[in-house]
Amino acid sequence: MDIYLLEAIINGILLGGVLALLALGLNLIFGVIDVVWIAYADLVMCGMYMVYWLYAGFGWPLLLACAVAIAGVAVLGVLVHVLIIAPILGSAPINQLLATGGLLFFLQSFATLLFGTDFRNLGIRLPIIELGEIYISTARLLAFAIALVGAIALYFFLKRTFIGTAIRAIAQDRDIIGLMGVDQRRIYLVTSAIGGALAGLASCLLLLQYDVHPFIGNTFGPLLFMICVLGGLGDMIGGFVAAFIISQIISIVGYYTNTELAYVLAFAFFIALMFVRPRGIFVR
Amino acid sequence: MLSLAAVSAGYGSFQALFDVSLDVSQGEAVGVIGPNGAGKTTLMRVISGLVPLRGGAMTLEGRSVGGLPAHRVIELGIAHVPEHRRLFPRLSVEDNLRIGAFIPQARARFAEQLDRVYALFPRLKDRRDQFAGTLSGGEQQMCAIGRALMSRPKLLLMDEPSAGLAPLVVEQVFDLVRRIRGEGLTVLIVEQNVQQVLDVVDRAYLLEVGSIKLAGTSSDLKGHEFIRKAYLGL
Amino acid sequence: MNARSATLLAGLAILLCVPYFTPTYFLHLLIQALIWGFIYTAWSMMGRFGFVSLGHGAFMGVGAYVPALLWNYYDVTPWAGIPLGVLLSALLALVIGYPCFRFRVVGHYFALVTLALSQVVMLSIIAARDITGGSLGFTPRAVGNSWYALQFSEKSYFYVIALVLWLGGLAVWRWIDRGIGREALDAISEDEEAAASIGIDVMREKLRVTVISAALTALGGAIYGQYFMYLNPETVSGISVSLQIVFAAIVGGMYDMLGPTAGALVTISLNEGLRVGFGTHFIGAANTIYGILLILCIVFMPRGIVGMLQKMNKPRPSAKAAPAE
Repeated sequence: MDIYLLEAIINGILLGGVLALLALGLNLIFGVIDVVWIAYADLVMCGMYMVYWLYAGFGWPLLLACAVAIAGVAVLGVLVHVLIIAPILGSAPINQLLATGGLLFFLQSFATLLFGTDFRNLGIRLPIIELGEIYISTARLLAFAIALVGAIALYFFLKRTFIGTAIRAIAQDRDIIGLMGVDQRRIYLVTSAIGGALAGLASCLLLLQYDVHPFIGNTFGPLLFMICVLGGLGDMIGGFVAAFIISQIISIVGYYTNTELAYVLAFAFFIALMFVRPRGIFVR
Repeated sequence: MLSLAAVSAGYGSFQALFDVSLDVSQGEAVGVIGPNGAGKTTLMRVISGLVPLRGGAMTLEGRSVGGLPAHRVIELGIAHVPEHRRLFPRLSVEDNLRIGAFIPQARARFAEQLDRVYALFPRLKDRRDQFAGTLSGGEQQMCAIGRALMSRPKLLLMDEPSAGLAPLVVEQVFDLVRRIRGEGLTVLIVEQNVQQVLDVVDRAYLLEVGSIKLAGTSSDLKGHEFIRKAYLGL
Repeated sequence: MNARSATLLAGLAILLCVPYFTPTYFLHLLIQALIWGFIYTAWSMMGRFGFVSLGHGAFMGVGAYVPALLWNYYDVTPWAGIPLGVLLSALLALVIGYPCFRFRVVGHYFALVTLALSQVVMLSIIAARDITGGSLGFTPRAVGNSWYALQFSEKSYFYVIALVLWLGGLAVWRWIDRGIGREALDAISEDEEAAASIGIDVMREKLRVTVISAALTALGGAIYGQYFMYLNPETVSGISVSLQIVFAAIVGGMYDMLGPTAGALVTISLNEGLRVGFGTHFIGAANTIYGILLILCIVFMPRGIVGMLQKMNKPRPSAKAAPAE
């Protein structure tokens, strides 16, 4: 096999890691609360700024900055739910979609106000590994590994703990969950916090590789939604797998043509697939 | 133990229960019979807190419970086995039982209670990792009852346990109810299958169109003219 | 001639005279308000029936770039280029709409598919940078004053064009609102299956309103291009402008004819007001406030500003009798 194709395939897998993590977060929230946070990618942007300012602005150690950012975005997630989602839980689903869309607007503008439109980066240069003729970025590898760890941690949380089981249950039958002593509102808050925390983790991982600017959410947001819809909205495993499939498509097509065309084709592929499998490719 | 006094409830502009009064004493098994649409399920939901009270009062062991949300009611010891079972279909049997033990006092004794439920329902133990949605009707009913038992309740509410089940399975379910009773649990059963339920309970109420029309011991009701004609087909 | 028609004609006359006594700066704002108001109105023709598209940037982009490209590369007059762009947009709407409606891609899914569509258009424009100039933008060749090129040095010409466009949009809105199609669409948005079961051709109605909405949006994009004489993929296509369209229509009130226009007035005033007040010190302040406004709108005023004003004007309805059960 062409050695550079192999490199593209490996990069595709690595790229998929963080997207898969984000897909888990988005699907978790949708599965439990039945809302799509259109501004999810922008929560990641907020996390990225948090890490940047704590590390580059105040000189905090990187790990501490990341930890605080994860907690910070978790809190942001709870705020989003309490201030925006909860008041309109009863109204038309499209209103909820639009409200988080308004949040997107707000977050992007507010970030512009606070930080300006410059691109900022951590200034950390992690080494590049050479394997024969293939180059693999350590930053990307690290991000992939940590994302995977995060996903596994989420899995065990959902499977083994009581709250995790309650979260899985409430997605399947919202009405009677109270009969088991589960406070629906509390579960929504916990879920929002976890969704935020996952976004926070993703922001740390992304900042290792990319610059942050107020509109960075627009670069992977639509991609993320596409992944979640392809995997089946609310289907956490489907979204996880779809993330890798899509990043693989982009990576390989990008190898043969160029990255931009790869994105265009990925989206076009998505639209076409929607007509064949409107509910997602893994629909059971 | 449980006492309802002139309870009214409904949905939106529709009133389902009118001035319902009933009592359940510790250790008793009480039934509520009546036709479709009588309000039996609403009654269960009012007691367990899923539907709010609009009038009247409800007490458990002397303590007022009217108006409490469902997740508080179960903490006080009332467990509700919902109509149509309502298991979580894509959770395993064991996960369904696990969620039944969500409240703190049950969580602490989870392992012990799980063993007891598996002892009561050995078939569930065989299927512990299977998705609840794939169980047969009778097994689902057992799982639903087991799930309610996981919270270590004082009072068990059962909403139409025989619904949708084959006659042989219905027998098994009611045998189970007898066994549960034997362990000292207080039971309130709402049923359409009058014959079966009257054989299991001590007392029963007849609920029609949201009001209590008759009340008495099960032998009283079995002998009652109206019941015999309308519900026992005799 | 009754009082109503008289007022309308008087209003129209005043509107037409505006360029004579308005300073150029305000005229510029007004033209923008009219063009955007037209585009927002076009979107709301779909939005009000629950067919929320997050991808109208695609139609605007196609409508803007096609005539501009044809003009620069092939000297094709916008009088031909614009209809072509509108046609292409309509076709795009059909190509997306037909499968969507056939396979019941609705609600969240429809919104996200349309979002993907606007991404495809925007990314394609950027990818074809050799032709379109990509992210740096595209400038139609300027020839000064020319009807053939639809370019004018005097803003008043564009004012009239924008006015005609805007009025036309309102007319179409009204036509849909008053036509039989309206009730069919209401029924469809309420319950598609029920509507189909009573004989409503769901597919045809949905496609019709989608194509109209897309075509008008494309037209708005084209006039936008002709006026500003500069196109940028981020500004006329993609997720940002798509969301901008949705939000302005909702803030203004998408269930009322003048709602989207009110949305345009609000957003433009806000932007200008803040720009004048703070200059370049607080870039992003306008949109930040706008974003908060949006959220508050969705939460507290789902029928938008105009909807709320209307509610306040209506006399109190008498207490309804409890429905019999």
